[in-house]
Amino acid sequence: MIENLKFQHSFNYAYIDEYTKKEIRRKTLKAVCIPGYQVPYSSPEMPISRGWGTGGLHVTLSLVGPDDVLKIIDQGSDASVNACNLRNFVKEMSNCALTFDTAEATLIQTRHRVPEEILTEKQILVLQVPQPEVLRGVERHEAKTRIMHGEADYAKIWVTLYEAYVRTGGLRSGAGHPMMVNGRYVATPSPIPSWDVPNLSMARCLYLFGAGREKRIHCVPPFTRVEPLEFEDIRFKVEEFAGVRCSVSGQDKAFMDQIYADDLSSSYVVNDSNFLDKLRKGPRPPQRLFTNPE
Amino acid sequence: MDNHWLLRVRNLSKVYGEATPEVLERTGPRFNSNVCPRTGAVVAVSGINFDLYPGEVLGVVGESGSGKSTLVQMLYFDQEATWGEVNFKPVEDGAANLFDLSNQKKRYIRNHLMGMVYQNPRDGLNFRFSSGGNIAEKLLMANVFHVGKIRIRATDLLTKTEVPVKRMDESPARFSGGMQQRVQIAKAMANNPPLLLLDEVTSGLDVSVQAKVLDLIRGLQRDLGVSMIVVSHDLGVIRMLTDRTMVLKHGQIVEQGLTDQILQDPQDGYTQLLVSSLL
Repeated sequence: MIENLKFQHSFNYAYIDEYTKKEIRRKTLKAVCIPGYQVPYSSPEMPISRGWGTGGLHVTLSLVGPDDVLKIIDQGSDASVNACNLRNFVKEMSNCALTFDTAEATLIQTRHRVPEEILTEKQILVLQVPQPEVLRGVERHEAKTRIMHGEADYAKIWVTLYEAYVRTGGLRSGAGHPMMVNGRYVATPSPIPSWDVPNLSMARCLYLFGAGREKRIHCVPPFTRVEPLEFEDIRFKVEEFAGVRCSVSGQDKAFMDQIYADDLSSSYVVNDSNFLDKLRKGPRPPQRLFTNPE
Repeated sequence: MDNHWLLRVRNLSKVYGEATPEVLERTGPRFNSNVCPRTGAVVAVSGINFDLYPGEVLGVVGESGSGKSTLVQMLYFDQEATWGEVNFKPVEDGAANLFDLSNQKKRYIRNHLMGMVYQNPRDGLNFRFSSGGNIAEKLLMANVFHVGKIRIRATDLLTKTEVPVKRMDESPARFSGGMQQRVQIAKAMANNPPLLLLDEVTSGLDVSVQAKVLDLIRGLQRDLGVSMIVVSHDLGVIRMLTDRTMVLKHGQIVEQGLTDQILQDPQDGYTQLLVSSLL
């Protein structure tokens, strides 16, 4: 009998077959070469449905090896259901080490937050992106948006910012503020809060954005200029949290969650769970803070 | 030849269907059709030549389907020309054929050097943006990234076009037809373009509003000296606005000359019919 090694294991290492992983890596390399440009990729089937973090998972699984130390967060928390399940899945498929410690991880997958602690050149941050096309809100047709990107025709996004200013008197889009990457492509930073957007600029680590449902990968390489779109007189601002302190650690200057109690009183807690743990235990980890204009 | 023209159009044609030079020879007013009998191709505009001079207002009249709108839409790059050459003085001093330029250059010309007012405000305005936003779009395309300056300019333009400035941040969808048209004119004028294309601007408006819009256009023309191409099937509009007129039929020019001359003493049979059917 001929021994068929291929079928001795029920899954290939890291779930995705080698050819597809190679394809994803190739597309990732292309994305690194053209910062901010959305590279279409195969987006193979996963055991979770598209739009639930498959894009991040594809990128993570194409990169992960047995020596990697993996951390997965969801909205800043290591403990949320989505993060736990994805973490267990990647661990089972790749036998990598796991951690909650931001500084220790070599590969971090995240949904909608960038960790507060400064990431280093040894680390890769993979973001799950629901809608990578920054122009989708102003242009329905895919073919047209590609032409608009090709010709750097971004006036319509600027008009939406102008309209937001007229309606709200400010330039804060909540999450996913459009950003100019390396002076060429306007991209969306996944719906991370404005607080995190300045952290993408001139960072030491590599940021990879995977959108599984939309089948796109884009990237912000290390030491790349990322400028949130802003007007000359109306400047981009991050969340302020003025006079707010974390009710657990007593610290300020971090992205805060507002938590309501049953009696409708509210308190604030640092959103990044590992950062909060470190604040409680010892010295404040290194952090990049953006100061609002004026 | 004199060299003072602003816009020079040569042999401009638009064919839907099989585009061979022969289809131009088999269509036109002589055949009383713009459909080629052999190939079925539709010739919307057929070998049109004209010059437009600075500060001049040129009228284009003709029945529906005569190619008037296609003509201006090609000049504004909304439609691709099948053949033809267009030279525009502000672009490389008129040396370049506009249709050969890159898309980026074409967009620059559209945004900086031309303005277009469509018959239907929905074509020229984005109803999901506010009126101010619509004007801002033109300015942002011209790299004005200063909200204060944008709002001052938008206020200026809306005042000039008699749109209540109080309603600047409302969507044009909530405006009356005449106001929408005036917002469109404000948008088209945003970057002070040397050439304005007006495509049936007053059709569909009631007569008193028509008169106001025409007054506005005449005033703008007088104050700013902008050149215009006015497309209309309404000879009243042509008489009121234009210096010179071309009469189109089946995609070709059947008669052209000074507007007064054409209206008083039409030579071509078709023009005679048009003038005599004027109410």
